[in-house]
Amino acid sequence: MKDHKYITLERIIKNGFINFGRNVWLAIAAIAMMAITLTILLFAIIANSTFTHTISDLTSHIDVVEYLKDSTTQQQVNTQLKQLKALPNVASAAYTSKVDALKTYEQQNANNPTLLAAISETDNPLPASITIKPVDPDKLQDIQDFLNKPNQKALQSDPTSYSGDRKAAIDNITAATHFFQQAGIIGIIIFIVISMLIIFNTIRMAIFNRRDELIIMRLLGASTSYIRGPFVVETMLYGAAAAAISLIVVWSLFKIASSTLQASSLGLLDIGYSNNYFSRHSVSILTIQLMVGILIGAASSLIATRRYLKFNRQ
Amino acid sequence: MILLDRVSKTYNRRGPALERISLHVEPKEFVIIVGPSGAGKSTLFKLLTREEKPTSGKIIVGGIDYEHLQDRDVPLLRRKIGVVFQDFKLLNNKTVYENVAFALEIAGITNAEIKHTVPKVLDVVGLKGKESNYPLELSGGERQRVAIARAIIRQPKILIADEPTGNLDPKHAWDVIKVLEKINKFGTTVLLTTHNQEIVNALKRRVVTIRDGHIVSDRAVGQYKNT
Repeated sequence: MKDHKYITLERIIKNGFINFGRNVWLAIAAIAMMAITLTILLFAIIANSTFTHTISDLTSHIDVVEYLKDSTTQQQVNTQLKQLKALPNVASAAYTSKVDALKTYEQQNANNPTLLAAISETDNPLPASITIKPVDPDKLQDIQDFLNKPNQKALQSDPTSYSGDRKAAIDNITAATHFFQQAGIIGIIIFIVISMLIIFNTIRMAIFNRRDELIIMRLLGASTSYIRGPFVVETMLYGAAAAAISLIVVWSLFKIASSTLQASSLGLLDIGYSNNYFSRHSVSILTIQLMVGILIGAASSLIATRRYLKFNRQ
Repeated sequence: MILLDRVSKTYNRRGPALERISLHVEPKEFVIIVGPSGAGKSTLFKLLTREEKPTSGKIIVGGIDYEHLQDRDVPLLRRKIGVVFQDFKLLNNKTVYENVAFALEIAGITNAEIKHTVPKVLDVVGLKGKESNYPLELSGGERQRVAIARAIIRQPKILIADEPTGNLDPKHAWDVIKVLEKINKFGTTVLLTTHNQEIVNALKRRVVTIRDGHIVSDRAVGQYKNT
C-alpha cells in the first residue's frame, strides 16, 4: 500500500514538472506577477531592516550634555553623577573636566591653527560637562526635570544640550519607517491577490486545454489527488521560479547600485547597509522567498482546481 | 454481479431518462443492450460507472451497493469496471503503449509491472507492433481496440462497451466484437450497446431492449427488432 502511495506521489510530481514545461509560456504572466510580489516583499524586508538599523544608529548618538560652572566642586560632580545614574532612563553618565574638554578640542582642531590660537590666547574657556546617554531618547522628561531643579541649575554655566536636531531627524525616519511598513504590507497584499487571480486564470486555461485528458483520467478511475496534484506541483514551481527571478533582479540591482551610484546612501536608505544585509542574509531571504512563492502557488491552485475541476459532480 | 432494482433517473427540466428499470446480470454473461437513440442506454451506463446518481432505486455492482458509496471511493469503483466509448476517448498526444499504460499509472502500478503487462494486452487485442503509433495514425477499429486494451488491462470483472462499433465500418466492427467475445470467454462480464442489427442477430446472446426509459424486452437469445 505504501509502495502504491509512493509511486503515485512520484508520478504526481513528475507530471507536475512535465506540465510546468508544457505551460511555461502560458504561465509567464503568473510567474512575472509573483516575481514582482516577491520583489516588493524582499524590498520591504530589506528597507525595514535598514531603517531600523539607521534609527538605532542615530539613537545611540543621542545624548544630553550638561555644562558646569568652573566653581563646581568635584564632590558636587560626584553627587550629581550618582543621582543621575539612579534615574531609570539614564544608561550612562560621564564627567568631562575642563582639561579633558580642552584636550578633545585641541585634537579635533589639530589641523586648524587659527582655532587653536584663539583658545590658547585665553585661559581655557571650555566648561567641564556631564554627558548623559538616555535609555530611551523619546523619554527625556525625567532627565530634564532633574536638571531643571534649582539646586542643579545653580551648577550650570550654559543651557543644557538635548541634541534637538538629531531627535527631529529620528522622528522623521521613524515616521517614514512606519509609512513604508504600512505601504509595504498593503502593496504586498494587493500584489498577492493579483498574483493569485492570474494563477487562477492560468490554471483555468490549463484545465480547459487538458479537459479531455482530465475527463478520461476521471473515467478511468484516477483519484482526485492524482488529478489535482500535478496542477499544485506546477504552480509551486511557478512560485519557485518567481522567487529565483526576484532574487536575481534584486541582486543585480544591488550590483548596479554599488558600481554606478558611488553614493553609499540614497536619502534615508543606507544602500551600503542594505547591500550588506542582503549578502549576509541571502540564505534566509532565499528560503523566505521560496516559501512565500510556493505557498502562494499552492494555495491558488488548490482553490482553482477545487473550483474548476468540479469534483463534487463525480 | 450487476443488479438494478427499480432504478429511475430524471434530469432537470426533462422527463425521466430511465423509469423504474430492474435488471440482473450474472457473472461472465454477455448482454447486449439495444434501443433507439435517447432510449436511456447511455444513462444506464453512466449510472453503472457512477458518472450519474440515480434519482431513486438500488444499484449493486460486484457487491458494491452504490447507495453507500462515498465520492472518494468512486475512483476505486471505476478501476474495477472497464469502459469503452464510441468516440474511443484516447489521448492523441500519447502513443498506443502510453495510452494503455496510462490506466495502470493512475492506479499506482509499478513501472516494471506496466512494462510486463502492456505488451501482453496489446497482443490480446491484436495490436502487437503498433506500440509506438499515435492514435491518429491508426484506423477506427484499431483505435477502438486500443481503448479495449486500456479497459481490460486492469482485469476488470465487468466491461461496459457503449456503442464501440458506432463509428466503424463492418469489417472493423466485427474485429472489435471478436475481441469482446474473447474477453468474455476469459471470464469478464460484458455489457454492450449497439445499433448494429447484423451484429446483434449474429451473436445469439442475451438482448435487453430499452425504449423511452423502460425495459421493453429481455430475451436469453435475443434478436434486434427494428421499430
